[in-house]
Amino acid sequence: MTEKSVAIAKLKSRSATLLKYTTLLAMTIIVILPMIPILFGSFKTNYEFYATSVWALPRSFLNFENYRIAFTQGDMLLGFGNTLLIMVISITVSVLIGSMTAYVLQRFRFRGRKVITYLFLFAALVPTITLNIAIFSLMAWIGRNMGLQLINTRMAAIILFSGTDIITVYIFMQFLKHIPLAIDESAIIDGASYFRIYFSIILPLLVPAITTVVILKFVAIYNDFYIPMLYMPRSDLAVISTALDNFRGPFGSQWEVICAGQMITIFPILVVFIALQKFIYKGLLIGSVKE
Amino acid sequence: MSRIANLNCPTCAKPQKLSQLKAQRILLFFAFLTVPLFLLLVFTYLPAFNMIRYSFYRWDGTSPEMTWFGWKNYEILFRNPQYLTVMANCLYYLAGSLVQLFLALVVAFILSFKFRGSNFFKGVFFFPYLLNGVAVALMFLFFFEPQGTLNTILRFLGAESAITLWLIKPGLNNILLASISIWRYVGFNIVLFIAAIQSISSEIYEAAEVDGANRSQILWFIVLPNIKMIVGLNLILAVKGAISVFEVPFLITGGDWGTSTFVIKALNITFGANPQYGLGSAFAVVLFAMILLISAVQKLMIRED
Repeated sequence: MTEKSVAIAKLKSRSATLLKYTTLLAMTIIVILPMIPILFGSFKTNYEFYATSVWALPRSFLNFENYRIAFTQGDMLLGFGNTLLIMVISITVSVLIGSMTAYVLQRFRFRGRKVITYLFLFAALVPTITLNIAIFSLMAWIGRNMGLQLINTRMAAIILFSGTDIITVYIFMQFLKHIPLAIDESAIIDGASYFRIYFSIILPLLVPAITTVVILKFVAIYNDFYIPMLYMPRSDLAVISTALDNFRGPFGSQWEVICAGQMITIFPILVVFIALQKFIYKGLLIGSVKE
Repeated sequence: MSRIANLNCPTCAKPQKLSQLKAQRILLFFAFLTVPLFLLLVFTYLPAFNMIRYSFYRWDGTSPEMTWFGWKNYEILFRNPQYLTVMANCLYYLAGSLVQLFLALVVAFILSFKFRGSNFFKGVFFFPYLLNGVAVALMFLFFFEPQGTLNTILRFLGAESAITLWLIKPGLNNILLASISIWRYVGFNIVLFIAAIQSISSEIYEAAEVDGANRSQILWFIVLPNIKMIVGLNLILAVKGAISVFEVPFLITGGDWGTSTFVIKALNITFGANPQYGLGSAFAVVLFAMILLISAVQKLMIRED
């Protein structure tokens, strides 16, 4: 290369770098822009909020009054409690039955195995969002005819979040493939039962896969609005998202409290994201491949 | 080791007989599969079956009487312009998702070359995907308020004349709602595309660079054909997403001012003041049929590759 062409190439790569960073910075601004006024607003007093520009810094970043109101009067505390309860039970159930299903389907060859696999696969195609019309009427029917009240109880959400889906089963099956069958075999020879093998050998070895599933379910349940809105409209059953949605009525003229509510909702997810980034990306990749 | 130990040690657990193992296996299948299959059949397949059944009836959801209605619900759905508009609204989101995929592809290409800060940018772009839908909706409700974020910026830029009632103007409001979808989901595509691009062997790039290809040529003629599969997959996901949009428009406009979507309409019909489970179910069945069709296309695409 001549000196001139080297210089041109340098110039080109410099302008490419400039273009690259401009694009990335512009995108960053667009992503962050809507969040800033919410953050500022959450620390402003009511007067301050309506008298100053949305871009004005709050007088003090230590004014936690709105957060206090959001937690107590806004039922955020109640929301966290209900979300946590529903989450712990449904994630436990879903990890257990998901891994059990995967264990049976991956380790054994039996008649009906294909059928069961396809049942799970096909179920993923049914759009849950509209299926809820029929699920709702089914739950109402169970309440009327079998005396088991599900609508307006936490059970409704727990049942719907517990049901295992093909992605969970798939993640576990993928992982099981890498646990050598020889481990099972030698345990059998040692006299262990299949149950024992599952609980004391397979389940502990599945921990990395369980982590992925737990994170995916955590994000899904924490952010879900549709199921609690439809099945648990009673105000004392509010979860995070429905509690936040309920802010709009009573705090309609106190947007600073609504801002605090949003920040409270966002904060735990931010912490989880920063701490578990790698797992979240990994889970996403595995999940999407199967879709 | 354990095999040998076991054979030579009479006090150890006795090797199990084959018949015993078989009985154990049957017990295991029952114990492990009953609950998941029960949940699957009762809360997915039974409702799916009922959904199709209800769509042929006139029913308010509670009365014991269901009136046979034949294909009438479907006729209403496809003949009433009010319902057809709702389907047309999907097109805004569909167009939005094409923009979203293009943007994601370009950004993912930039970020796939590791450099200082590339992980930070990836994280920032992805984060909205993890946000609670209600928080997102409230955030953008405030964004489009008369005294809200957007208008303040426009005033600062001296573009006051551009200010309008953002969420009420027909057409414009749908474009804005679709843009919120892009804001929320583009990071998801970026993460998937980065992974796909990084799995392309670097030799191909180097060869192209030696041949004098520039960056955009590399993106279009080298990268894109190599990750065609994952782009197709994301396209399918985007289409599925576009026809089942619910949360954000429901929370921001409630489906008013011509922003109703398929799912919002279906829910209004079913759970509204005058509940019509039959018509609502017909909506659900049509959506289901579309998703099935798209998935079939997807299967065919995968088989071709």
